[in-house]
Amino acid sequence: MIIDYDVLVLGAGLAGMRAALEAKRRGASVGVISKVHPLRSHSGAAEGGINAALDPGDSWEIHAFDTIKGSDYLADQDAVEIMCREAPRDLIEMEHMGVVFFRGPDGKLGTRAFGGASKARTYFVADITGQALLNALYDTILKEGVKTHDEWFATALYVPDGTCRGAVAIDMLRGELHLLRAKAVILAAGGMGRVYEPSTNALICTGDGHALAYRAGAPLMDMEMVQYHPTTLKGTGFLMTEGARGEGAYLTNKDGERFMQRYAPKMMELASRDVVSRSETIELAEGRGVDGCVFLDLRHLGAELIHKKLPQIHEIALNFLGLDMVEVPIPIRPGMHYIMGGVKTDPDGATPLAGLYAAGECACVSVHGGNRLGANSLLDTLVFGRRAGAHSADYVKSVKPLTTGEEFLKSEQQRIQALLDRPYKGETHARLRLELGTLMDEKVGVYRDEAGLEDALAKVRAIRTRARSVSVQDKGRIYNQALLFALELDYMIDCAEATIMSAIERKESRGAQARSDYPKRDDANWLKHILVTQTPGADPKISYLPVTITKWQPMERTY
Amino acid sequence: MHVKMVVGRYAPDRKLDGELGAPYPPPYADKPRKTYQTFEIDLHDEAMVLDGLIHIREHVDESLVVRCSCRCAICGSCAMWINGHAKLACTTKMKDVIENGAVRVEAPPSMMPVRDLVWDMGPFMEKMRSVKPWLEGKPVSPDEEYRVPNEAMDELVQEVSCISCGACLMDCESYAVNDKFLGPHALARAYRYANDPRDSMQQERLKEYSDPNGVWDCTHCYECVHVCPKGVAPLEQILKIRQMSVAAGYTNNAGTRHALAFAESVRDSGRLNELTLMPKSLGLFNIKAQLQSLPSAFNLLRAGKLPPIIHHKIPGVTRVKAIFKKVGGPLT
Ligand SMILES: Cc1cc2nc3c(=O)[nH]c(=O)nc-3n(C[C@H](O)[C@H](O)[C@H](O)COP(=O)(O)OP(=O)(O)OC[C@H]3O[C@@H](n4cnc5c(N)ncnc54)[C@H](O)[C@@H]3O)c2cc1C
Ligand code: SF4
Ligand code: SF4
Ligand code: FES
Repeated sequence: MIIDYDVLVLGAGLAGMRAALEAKRRGASVGVISKVHPLRSHSGAAEGGINAALDPGDSWEIHAFDTIKGSDYLADQDAVEIMCREAPRDLIEMEHMGVVFFRGPDGKLGTRAFGGASKARTYFVADITGQALLNALYDTILKEGVKTHDEWFATALYVPDGTCRGAVAIDMLRGELHLLRAKAVILAAGGMGRVYEPSTNALICTGDGHALAYRAGAPLMDMEMVQYHPTTLKGTGFLMTEGARGEGAYLTNKDGERFMQRYAPKMMELASRDVVSRSETIELAEGRGVDGCVFLDLRHLGAELIHKKLPQIHEIALNFLGLDMVEVPIPIRPGMHYIMGGVKTDPDGATPLAGLYAAGECACVSVHGGNRLGANSLLDTLVFGRRAGAHSADYVKSVKPLTTGEEFLKSEQQRIQALLDRPYKGETHARLRLELGTLMDEKVGVYRDEAGLEDALAKVRAIRTRARSVSVQDKGRIYNQALLFALELDYMIDCAEATIMSAIERKESRGAQARSDYPKRDDANWLKHILVTQTPGADPKISYLPVTITKWQPMERTY
Repeated sequence: MHVKMVVGRYAPDRKLDGELGAPYPPPYADKPRKTYQTFEIDLHDEAMVLDGLIHIREHVDESLVVRCSCRCAICGSCAMWINGHAKLACTTKMKDVIENGAVRVEAPPSMMPVRDLVWDMGPFMEKMRSVKPWLEGKPVSPDEEYRVPNEAMDELVQEVSCISCGACLMDCESYAVNDKFLGPHALARAYRYANDPRDSMQQERLKEYSDPNGVWDCTHCYECVHVCPKGVAPLEQILKIRQMSVAAGYTNNAGTRHALAFAESVRDSGRLNELTLMPKSLGLFNIKAQLQSLPSAFNLLRAGKLPPIIHHKIPGVTRVKAIFKKVGGPLT
C-alpha cells in the first residue's frame, strides 16, 4: 500500500510529536510512525527535568553560556542562542498543554538545581518529567487529531532523485510493508544507547534514525561525543537521576570520602557529566571503588524528601538491588547515556539532504557539542522539534506530489524477504548485539586511545561481515520481532562505525572524548566538527565543519 | 535458579505445538486457542520474569514475542498475566511467583490476542481517548504559566504516574462482564483532567463520566488498585469523580440513584430494601428498563432468592438515623 502525507514524522517521542503538532497546526497533512506506541517512547524515561531561563534572576545568556561551556566549546553558538532564547516559550507552552509542573509558593513554576548549571533552572514533575511531558503531548495530538501509525517500523528512506520523499515501514501487527510517501520527512527516532552494553537507554534505542539518514547519504556529525552518565546502577545500568545530586546527594568512594572535592572543588557533585564520569573512572582505576562501583549517598536527605521527590529511583534500587537508599549508599558507575552526535541539521532541523529533517536525540544541531548538560535534551527535543515541524510545513508548500514509488516498495519487500529466507548458519542477532555493546563499552567508553579504537574498528567491521549471515528463525508474518532485531542490529553497526571513526579522527580531549594519548584540548587544530558520510562501495568519508562562535570565546573549563 | 516457564503461545497464521489452552471469552470467542509451551531455563536468583522471557527469546526460541523496552516499569510495555494475574514482567521477581518450580505467563484472556504475549492495545487506548484526556484550558496569557497552588499539581502526580500498561483493565471485574465499561485506566485519566484547576470543562466532564459505562459501572472489586504497578489506585479516582459529580448535581443517572436509594433504605429501616432498590436505581418512571429487569427477577424468584415482600425495620433504627445526621450530606 502507498499512503500520502505532506509531512511524514518518523518517531513519536517528544521531538516527533512536537514536530507533528507544529506541522499540523501550520496546515500540512501529517502522519507519524513509531515502532512502539507513542507513550512507550524513550522520552518517557527522562526523570530529572527540563531547562529554561524563566526566572527573573536568570537569563538566556547565562543559560547559553552554561550550555556552551558544558559543550567544551564544540556547540554551535547560534543554535544554542536560539534554543536558550526560545526555551521559556516552549516550556510555558507545555505547561499550557497540561504538564503538572512543580510550583513555588506563589503558584508559579518552581525549579531544582542540576549539573553544570550556574542557576537553578530545571523545571520538573517529581522524577517523572519525561513521562509527564510525553503524556501531555500525546494528549494534545489526540485532541488535534494527528494521525499516528503505532508499531510501524521504518526500514528505509525513499530518496528518488536526491530528495527525501518518504519511508518504507513494516506494519508489525499485520506484517505488511507500506510506502509512506511524503513531501518532507522528519526523523525523530531518538538515541542509540543500545550500541553500548550496559546503557541507561531502553531496548528500543538502536540508532535507527541515525542509520537511516546515513544510508540515504546525509552526514552524521560529532558522533564521537558519547555521554557517560556518572550515576548508573550497578549491574543493570539503570539511571539514577542527576536530580538526586541536584537535591544534594553525595558521591563517595570506598572510604566514604566525597572525592569530587579533588576534581571540581567548586561545583562538587554538580560539575558537568563528563567531568564527574572521568573522576569516577579515575577513582575506580586507582582502587578506591568496590566491585567496579563508587557510591551515591542520599541518606542525609531523609526519607521524606526521597519518597516525595525521588520515588522512582528509590523503587528501582530497591527492586533490582534490594537496597533502600534511605538507609544505605547505592553502588553506581558511569554508564552510556546519550549521544550528542547525530544527523547534521541547521537550526530549522533541515539536513543537507533536501526534504529530510531531523530533531531530537537523533539530530545534531549542534547544541550539546562535546557534552550535553542535564535537562537540556528534553528542551532540545521541544525547541527543534517545533522548528523542524514549522519549517517543513512551509517547505512542502512548494513541493509537487509524486506518483512513483511502487518499484522502491517492491525492492524493499524483496530485501526483507531475502532476510527472512536466509538459512540458519549459527549466527544470532542476540549474540552479535552483546558482542558489539561490550566492545564499545570497553574500547570506546570514558577513556579512549588510538590502539583501542583501531582494534574496535576492525572488530566492528568483522561483526558487520558476520551480521550478513544472521538468519531470522521466526518465519511468521505477524509481529515478527526477530526480523526487527536483525534490522536493528544493522542500524547499530552503522552507528558504531561512525562513532569509532570520528573518535579516531579527533586527536585531542574535549567533552566526552577523553583520549589518554592526547589528554589536552587543542583549539588550534580541533575546534571543528567531524562529519562522517557513507559512500557506496568505499569506506565512509570524513569531513569537517567550523564551529560557529558568536560571543563566547573558548576558555579553559573548570568547575 | 532453575525455572520451568509455561508460556502461552499464540500465532494466528500458524499452527503451534503444545498443550491447547481454553477458548477466549467473548468478544474474542472465534479466535484460535493459544497453546502452552514449557521452557526449562537457568537464571540468577534476583532475575525478573522478563529476564526469563528475554533469555528464552535470545537463546532458546527466537520466535517468542514479548513487548518490552525499559525493563524498569517506565514504558508500560510488558503487562501480562503471570500465574493468572496482571503484572509487569520487568519488575516481578521470578522467585516471588514460582510455584512448585514453575511459573505461567500469558497474554490476558480479557484482551484480543495478537501474538504470544502481545495483546491488541487498540480498544484499551480507545477507551482512554473517549474520556477526552486533554486539557481544555481556561483562558491564559500565552507568555505566562497558569498560577495554581503546588498542592493542586501534586494531587495529580499520582494519576500522571500512570504508564498506560493496561494491567488494571486486564483484571477489572466490571470490564469482564461489560466490554463497554470505560475501565479503571481511562477513568483515572478522566479524573486527572476533571480535577485540574486549569481545565474549563469540568462540568461537562463530570456529566459525561457519570453516563452509563462510566464511573457508576465500577463494582469496587479493588482489582485495579491491587494490580497497578505505579500506585495510581484507579478505584480511588473513580470514587472521587463520583463525589464530585454528585456534588455538582449530576444525580439523574442509575448509579447515583442506586447509591441514594441504598443509603435511604438504610437510613429509614437500618437495612437494605432490595425490592425497591432496583426500581429506584433504574428510575421509578423508567418503565422500559424496569420491564427489562423482569426476567432476572423471575429467575431470582424461581431460585428462591427473592427478598421478603414485607420489609422490616431493625430495632434501634433511630440510632442509624443519628449516624446519618452526624455524617451530614444530602440525606440528613
Ligand atoms: C534514563 C534517561 C533519563 C533521562 N533524563 C533526562 C532528563 O532528565 N532531562 C533531559 O533533558 N533529558 C533526559 N534524557 C535524555 C532524553 O530523555 C532523550 O534524549 C529524549 O527524550 C529523546 O527524545 P526523542 O524524541 O529524540 O526520542 P525518543 O523519545 O527516544 O523517541 C524515539 C521515537 O522514534 C521511534 N522510532 C525509533 N526507531 C524507529 C523506526 N525504525 N521506525 C519507526 N519508529 C522508530 C520510537 O518508536 C520513538 O517513538 C534522559 C535519557 C535517559 C535514557
Ligand atoms: S474497582 Fe472498579 S474499576 Fe477497579 S477493577 Fe474493580 S470494577 Fe474495575
Ligand atoms: S492505572 Fe496503573 S495498572 Fe492501570 S494502566 Fe495505569 S499504571 Fe497500568
Ligand atoms: S519493560 Fe517497560 S514496563 Fe516493563
